[in-house]
Amino acid sequence: MLQTSPAFKANARTALADAGLQRALERTKPHFQHRRAAAVAALPEFERLREIAREIKDHTLENLDFYLQTWAENVTRAGGVVHWCGTAAEAREAVLGICRQVGAKIVTKGKSMVSEEIGINEFLEANGVTAVETDLGEYIIQLGHEPPSHIIAPAFHLNREDWEARFRAAHTDLPKDRVFRERRDILAEARGELRQRFLAADVGITGANFLIAETGSSVIVTNEGNGDLTQTLPKVHVVLAGIDKVVPTLEDVSVLLRLLARSATGQDFSVYTTFSTGPRRPGDLDGPEQYHVVLLDNGRSGMLGTEFQPMLRCIRCAACMNHCPVYGAVGGHAYGWVYPGPMGAVLTPALTGIDKAGNLPNASTFCGRCESVCPMQIPLPNLMRYWREREFERHLGPPSVRRNLALWGWFARRPAAYRLASRAASAALGLIGRRRGRFHALPLAGGWTAGRDLPAPEGDTFFARYVRESRRRR
Amino acid sequence: MNGDAMLATVRRSLGRGALPADQTAMLRARLDRHPRGLIPARSRLPRGEQIALFVRNVEKEYGSVATVPDFAAVPGAIAEYLARQNLPTELVVAPHPELQALPWADRPLLRMRFGEAGAADVVSLQQAYAAVAETGTLVLPSAAERPTTLNLLVETEIVMLRASRVVGAYEEAWDLLRAEHGNGTDGRFMPRSVMLVTGPSRSADIEQSLELGAHGPRRLHVILVQDSAATTVAS
Repeated sequence: MLQTSPAFKANARTALADAGLQRALERTKPHFQHRRAAAVAALPEFERLREIAREIKDHTLENLDFYLQTWAENVTRAGGVVHWCGTAAEAREAVLGICRQVGAKIVTKGKSMVSEEIGINEFLEANGVTAVETDLGEYIIQLGHEPPSHIIAPAFHLNREDWEARFRAAHTDLPKDRVFRERRDILAEARGELRQRFLAADVGITGANFLIAETGSSVIVTNEGNGDLTQTLPKVHVVLAGIDKVVPTLEDVSVLLRLLARSATGQDFSVYTTFSTGPRRPGDLDGPEQYHVVLLDNGRSGMLGTEFQPMLRCIRCAACMNHCPVYGAVGGHAYGWVYPGPMGAVLTPALTGIDKAGNLPNASTFCGRCESVCPMQIPLPNLMRYWREREFERHLGPPSVRRNLALWGWFARRPAAYRLASRAASAALGLIGRRRGRFHALPLAGGWTAGRDLPAPEGDTFFARYVRESRRRR
Repeated sequence: MNGDAMLATVRRSLGRGALPADQTAMLRARLDRHPRGLIPARSRLPRGEQIALFVRNVEKEYGSVATVPDFAAVPGAIAEYLARQNLPTELVVAPHPELQALPWADRPLLRMRFGEAGAADVVSLQQAYAAVAETGTLVLPSAAERPTTLNLLVETEIVMLRASRVVGAYEEAWDLLRAEHGNGTDGRFMPRSVMLVTGPSRSADIEQSLELGAHGPRRLHVILVQDSAATTVAS
């Protein structure tokens, strides 16, 4: 997909002015936060499980070559095929090759962020294969030709009237004068339309929440059952998965599953957690005849052995964005690529380059809520800070920021000068602002005061007071 | 790219070559031991309470449960449920020996077809391999006698579950699979598909409002058979 992360600031302004989006954000934020809080409160072991989960993923990443190899051997033994793909382009070719080999015309898809990452839908369309999204949220955004705005609720930004309008435009085979009395009627129409696609599809493409080394299984976690229909009915099941998805055993994945649904939707467990291992077995009455996994690196291995390695623990639950004040103000599209919110602010620069995504790790107040709710204890604010450092080192920020940072750096390394300057500034501001007690606008800080007032300093600097009080105590 | 090239890239990033033999042996031993993580205390209960927890959790997730004393009572419970829900009396039934052996002749109005589900089927009857009390989750591994489509294509899925097969945590269900399906230590025990099903299909994609019956069944009804005295459901 076209990346618009460099235009984050303009995107954010558009998002803030979008009344429909703001209505959706107001509705969605409390929903996710309250549900997660309730689910976590009901499981006293939650914190301990986070620690164990982190240990499991760290152990796996440290030995990733062993676990990927073991997983691949077990996929092969179960009759599946692994396609090792270093880049998005290789992954697209692998999927198209599988489709061509069975003469596929229609492909159904379960929800997959990797499929967005590699842009498979557009690629298949361009090559004469129709790809149909079957997750309800993914389906409606496909009808609107827009990317997902959230990694687990891709269409949260749409309101009911958007659904109705898009369904009327797309489902022209249905009576024009039909009425959608309730949300249930919208759902029923989608069920009917998509059921025909499920039955007609030649290939089903899903993502993977996990890959299991011990058994060679892929796991998908859904509530609708669309992923299961996608991987059960067609002749061929194709799994798209990043190399970071592997975990050692069923016991390990059980720990992660206890965290995933609670952190994501606030459910104790999602409706369908399905483990797929190879194609249909002798005697089976249903299931695909072929099972393929397109395993994607696409920049992930470059994070191993660096300060960004902890990001590969991510299980894509979306708790970070559900609790982020920045995401909560502008939604997902503003981030301009596949992964929004705090996890996107760390992952996007790693996968697409800090030169394109430098705005994202800067769009954070470092309030720390993302880290505090992350089930995998990923230090997201720290990782964003590392990206800011790299951006600075590579001279990618705007010159004004660099100039001011350099100025600040000069003072920060000279404590006496720093104290003198801050005392002078604070005294001056205190004097000028004495009457009103605050500043609506300041020269050189127009951007900062555009959104809030600066309180006028009262009295001394912190450091001067600190010195005075320590003297008094002596 | 081939597997060796990708693994070499991974090793280069990790700043090392292939793992030494003793490290590989240690990792293999961990796979063979497949140690358990932390199992929440909520499912560590005496049998009766464990089964009651399972029932509560199914109901919490918008499923329903009917408890019957023995296999002979299952066709009657199905007929009663279908009548109460005003559903057709035609069922697609998993060709499982336990279901084939039920006294169907007692309920001549029920019309059954044993096999996988097709597009036209409305109600299915499935056999549960096991169930997990922790979250009210049914364990449905695919097999010739347990087709996967029965869990997906219908509007109403009825599942027969023996109370003796209710376990506390997911890990205990994995133990059953390992013990009962071939060599439990090398991954071959996994059937093509294992579905863990917790309540009926749903979606909250339309304005975050929960609606049941998204793509899979709208109703999930469990018929719990008290197949041994030790597993009587605590009232």
